[in-house]
Amino acid sequence: MDATIRLTVDGTAHEVTVDTRTTVLDALRERLGVTTVKKGCDHGQCGSCTVLLDGRRHLTCLTLAVAQDGAEVVTAGGLGEGEGLHPVQQAFLDHDGYQCGYCTPGQVCSAVGMLDEAKQGHPSHVTEDLEGDTDLTDDEIRERMSGNLCRCGAYAGILAAVREAAQA
Amino acid sequence: MRELTYVRASSAQEAVEAVTADADAMFLGGGTNLVDHLKLGVARPGRLVDVSRLPLDEVETRETPDGPVLRVGAAVRNADLAAHPLVRSGLPALSRALLAGASGQIRQQASTAGNLLQRTRCVYFQDVTTPCNKREPGSGCSALEGYDRYNAVLGASEHCVAVHPSDMAVAMVALDAVVVVLGPEGERRLPVADLHRLPGDAPQRDTTLARDELVTAVELPLTDLAARSTYRKVRDRASYAFALVSVAAALRMDGDTVADVRIVWGGAAHKPWRAELAERALVGQALDEDTVAAAVDTELATARTSEGTAYKLPMLRGTTAHTLTTLATTEDA
Repeated sequence: MDATIRLTVDGTAHEVTVDTRTTVLDALRERLGVTTVKKGCDHGQCGSCTVLLDGRRHLTCLTLAVAQDGAEVVTAGGLGEGEGLHPVQQAFLDHDGYQCGYCTPGQVCSAVGMLDEAKQGHPSHVTEDLEGDTDLTDDEIRERMSGNLCRCGAYAGILAAVREAAQA
Repeated sequence: MRELTYVRASSAQEAVEAVTADADAMFLGGGTNLVDHLKLGVARPGRLVDVSRLPLDEVETRETPDGPVLRVGAAVRNADLAAHPLVRSGLPALSRALLAGASGQIRQQASTAGNLLQRTRCVYFQDVTTPCNKREPGSGCSALEGYDRYNAVLGASEHCVAVHPSDMAVAMVALDAVVVVLGPEGERRLPVADLHRLPGDAPQRDTTLARDELVTAVELPLTDLAARSTYRKVRDRASYAFALVSVAAALRMDGDTVADVRIVWGGAAHKPWRAELAERALVGQALDEDTVAAAVDTELATARTSEGTAYKLPMLRGTTAHTLTTLATTEDA
């Protein structure tokens, strides 16, 4: 069965007809040519397909496009203002938060979403006082970013980048 | 993947009717488990009835004759529930359990009802090339003689040794939560403790719900005991892994002795396992590692382990003792 859906991707409105079995990830990459979003495991285990969907960090491999009709998607390609980089992107550059770069768009989107959650006061698994203030220590950053794997092992740089962005 | 018809329900009633009318239909919530199952071939529905946009996303307190309850809509996302101020202050075990589950992204997508209804991560259940009685009744259980490290140690059967994967459900049982369900005959309520079932000779059925019954809410009593609760999870790595074992506990002391206690285990059985024998053994006792270990052992008398799962018994004993003694020392904080 086909369905026609609307998605806004990095500020551009699209209307696209997809098979109902198509994931948001495949709709973005294969139908709309938005290749800033990356397919890693395709089973929700690696985080490389992370985008911001209606403002929340989101694994595009685990949702059907037809169920996200009308959604607003921001990929790593749409984070910056115009040609400029988003502060999280700049921090990844400054701290070598990558090696091959394949997981990086997902890492960056996840970091942006995570920083927003922290700003809203969301606790995490390692937060000692559930009712206390959110203090993004290194342990907190590691825990909150645990859904994004980097098989090059650039975690030291990723941690430094997110730490800097958190303090900005 | 089979061809799929997709419909978005405009009301809970309409969703139930759509699934009742088509034996091949399933409800679709956040999708984090079901969409993966579509890809793996574990689930093969012909129709998906999307309930994710139904107006079931409120968290609100309600007064009842038995006291205040927190009513959580079925579509409330795991991340939002974990961060809700009333959950953090009044139901800390629930917040802790949610935060111990999955990853930041998945918690943003997954719903309350979907978390309850997620299916086992038994490796054979998810691998359609192997026999599995839960996935294909009558085909056999590959886990019995296979990779057994994650298997159940309580309440398993010769047909299935899978464990329930949810952290949240374990906490909800400890907090005496009630699930609100809409079916073709109307609404009913049942304790979360009675939602999941043991495998017996029908491991294909995870829960006591009919296939066309829709979870619409979960109600959690806001009691003094619930406010003195916590959740502790043991896993192979520090984050983003399923439980080897876990403990949800709530504790009220009367001086130096236990006045009231809840102990529920995850990673132990086909459902969250309420350790009622251990609870009963502890009431009126002093609380230390020895009394907890003795109480836990009364519960574990019926446990059955294999080479790969033998570690779970001392792990349950130690984790339960640690969780309860920590609760006792922080109770007045």
